[in-house]
Amino acid sequence: MKQHDLKQENKSLLTVPMGLWALLFVGVALLYILALSFLNRGEGFSAQGPATLDNFAKLASPLYFKALLISLRLAFTTALLCLLIGYPFAYHMARAKPRTRTWLMLLVIIPFWTNALIRIYGWKILFSAGGPINQTLLSMGWIARPLKLLYTDFAVQVGMVYAMIPFMVLPVYSSIERMDWSMVEASRDLGASPFKAFLTVTVPMTLPGIMAGLVLTFIPSIGLFFLSDILGGSNTMLWGNLVNNELLKSRDLPFAASLSVVLLLLTGLVILLYRRVGGKTEEMVF
Amino acid sequence: MAQDNTLMALRGLRKSYDTQDALNGLDLDVYKGEFLTLLGPSGCGKTTTLRIIAGLESPSAGEVYLEGQNITQLPPEKRAVNTVFQNYALFPHMTVEKNIAYGLQMRKVPKAQIAVQVKAMLELVQLKDYGKRLPSQLSGGQRQRVAIARAAILEPKLLLLDEPLGALDLKLRRQMQVELKKMQKQLGITFIYITHDQEEAMNMSDRIALMRDGRFIQLDTPQGLYEHPKSTFAATFIGETNLLSGKASAVKDDEVLLDIGGLSIPCMSSDWIAPGEKLCLCIRSERLHYGPSAPGGKSMLRATLTDSRYAGGERRTTFLLPTGQSMVARHTTEGEELYAPGTELCLWWNQDTAVLVPDEGGQFA
Amino acid sequence: MKKRSAFAPVYLALVLILMYLPILVVVLFSFNGDSSRNAAITFSGFSLQWYAGLFSPEKGYSDALMTSLRIALLSVTVSSVLGTLGAVGMLRKKLKSSLLARAGNATLSLFEQMTMLPIMIPEIILGIAFLALFSALRLPFGELTLVLSHISFCVPYIYITVKSRLSTLDPALNEAARDLGASPVRAFMTVTLPLIAPAVISGSLLAFAMSMDDFVISFFVNGAQTTTLPLKVYSSVKVGVTPSVNALCTVMLGVAFLIVALGQLISAGGARRRKRQDAMIREAT
Repeated sequence: MKQHDLKQENKSLLTVPMGLWALLFVGVALLYILALSFLNRGEGFSAQGPATLDNFAKLASPLYFKALLISLRLAFTTALLCLLIGYPFAYHMARAKPRTRTWLMLLVIIPFWTNALIRIYGWKILFSAGGPINQTLLSMGWIARPLKLLYTDFAVQVGMVYAMIPFMVLPVYSSIERMDWSMVEASRDLGASPFKAFLTVTVPMTLPGIMAGLVLTFIPSIGLFFLSDILGGSNTMLWGNLVNNELLKSRDLPFAASLSVVLLLLTGLVILLYRRVGGKTEEMVF
Repeated sequence: MAQDNTLMALRGLRKSYDTQDALNGLDLDVYKGEFLTLLGPSGCGKTTTLRIIAGLESPSAGEVYLEGQNITQLPPEKRAVNTVFQNYALFPHMTVEKNIAYGLQMRKVPKAQIAVQVKAMLELVQLKDYGKRLPSQLSGGQRQRVAIARAAILEPKLLLLDEPLGALDLKLRRQMQVELKKMQKQLGITFIYITHDQEEAMNMSDRIALMRDGRFIQLDTPQGLYEHPKSTFAATFIGETNLLSGKASAVKDDEVLLDIGGLSIPCMSSDWIAPGEKLCLCIRSERLHYGPSAPGGKSMLRATLTDSRYAGGERRTTFLLPTGQSMVARHTTEGEELYAPGTELCLWWNQDTAVLVPDEGGQFA
Repeated sequence: MKKRSAFAPVYLALVLILMYLPILVVVLFSFNGDSSRNAAITFSGFSLQWYAGLFSPEKGYSDALMTSLRIALLSVTVSSVLGTLGAVGMLRKKLKSSLLARAGNATLSLFEQMTMLPIMIPEIILGIAFLALFSALRLPFGELTLVLSHISFCVPYIYITVKSRLSTLDPALNEAARDLGASPVRAFMTVTLPLIAPAVISGSLLAFAMSMDDFVISFFVNGAQTTTLPLKVYSSVKVGVTPSVNALCTVMLGVAFLIVALGQLISAGGARRRKRQDAMIREAT
């Protein structure tokens, strides 16, 4: 009876290869590191029992806990700065003439598609003691000696915001573009000033984009270890750097796994929160 | 599978979805070469029926027979049935020629022959020079003809058309109705046609299957359906009908007396009518006449004129009966006599133009 | 609103300048005439010296480039098949609420979530997870592990673009093909596939760029003998000696720019065609 009903033909079987691949490589891999986080280190990259909470106990120690807090704070400030800088940008982009808009979109997307490393490298050049920024400031007489810009928290923050900005601009832009402008006009018509109209109409209506942007800039920030590596040097120990260290230098896979598990839980928490306040995962994929 | 010239038959067709029953037991015989229309309001199940015949959906119960063979389990590509879809479903990435040739290509017909057949079909639908165009470059009427050509070229035993003229404007629709009918006779293919437009159905069909809530209400020729409706639904769905509801008070051989709120009306009798039965008398508004007096021997009522409207060559006059019911009469304005609202007049009609049907509880008054 | 209109272009320009500043710096310094120790940070005169011999074998850049290309091409090919079929299979959820149907729906949902996971979580987690899994499976770290992990994060991009395109495709087209005598496979190949091809291509281009640019995941599943272009850039930057890195980066930027332009052209052409088709369908209904 079910044979030829086009609505029910078993096309779903086509999804199986893709699904099985994901289950195997992504699902199993993640479950595996979850399991590893409860074990102790072994030879090379292996682990050995018995099951223990040692790794997590270690994480609770002041050293690691402080690193976690610093990483979270940095990710948080990154997301916020991205919002402050990116929202007006997206706003004006959405309000521009169609031709300008296409060009702007292209200009925003290009860096997004190019290698993050290259762009961070550019900042390294810019920030270095003999680099363009210092040279310009020196030659203009604004400073007497070169500023220490590289290998500072400041450099890392700038790099983070820089790397994450497209992830704020794009969802916010798509949200603003889909907005019904007649609402703003209606509020102006009813006597609101441009600023008031912006606060009371535009911002709430573009909230989905804002939330998506915040999530998209917050989550990756915690794991961008190469950024803090290049711009922050060995001084900066963010969560991502810790993971890297434990793996490469100490070769402690289970401990690195536990660090990852914490990060995964954090990510899950953020996504859960996002869904709770009404965010849809479709918004995140512009 | 009673007669020799039965092309397709439906037996006990049922279809239910999670939340509703779309088809509630359909039985139908379709004869070779006929133009059969499935007519009914939206949601009555006509499209579902069509899709089941085409093989695009499977029934929950029942069978479909084509030339005596049970095709219920056959996938659509294996049935000698083709469909003209409601929004044409022309392949946007193929030219008109390629669209029309598609079915022949699927049958692995040699290229040279395909070219010949496509050319002939383009001529038939009067799109001779449009072969290389894309569907996006055609008008609505032209796309419609391509859709028909694409299906008809395969010479199916049965062609199904799902409200093909729905998207066209009135004038074009009328034109296409004539052309479609001509094409059907020319090609000799059996058509099953869907529409909710009763005028269209009356114009084109050999037979009409009136549907409601997944059931066939009446299966008849257009004339039969119009002149002899068997239900209030049939009477009101097609044309405009006045319904007088009452009870059969006296039943004689050739006459029934219908008691409506105290007034007694003589009607033509039918064998299924028993005394006390609740009935509706159906009188088409164009068959209802009025005047100061009725010619001798006609059924009549006295009523008060309440409204009179001019509608371009036609007049609609509304009357209020002493029983509280109202009736509408339509006639041409040529040689008419005008009466003021409030005038009491005689309403009369020819007894053989009025039909008695069971009273279904006043749903269609 | 008048106030805003002066502010707007200024602000946009400012942010754009900041966004492109590092890129410009990298490109500029690749033309540095200075060949002293300060060449990486002090600019003096134009020269193409760093481009000469950029791809000579001893630098190792050409090897890295070839490896990256191989991996990207292989990964994108496999993921486009997986992702396209995956999207096609997700078309319609079964209407019946039988237990089997609901289990089927749940499985499909799980498949979708798992597939999308790589782009929702920080890459570093995925990198570690792959490292752990591959070492447990005793797989040799190198091109094999790189390809396996790249496929895993490329599939979602193609899946999303194809699924989105499929949702706008009129189901009647497939039905018409079947009605006219095409088997399910032939209907897919002659009607559905040509119409979703632009989406497959644009998704593949995106996935290609993601694979070529990937650093974090490749960092963890790499082997001693192999290196990809981004990894090579990283090690060069860490050592930080000559602007030949800049030259390399400039070339990479140029290629990325070309790919983006290509992608936009294709999607613009597809969008124009689709707008016409949609208008046609809307007219007919």
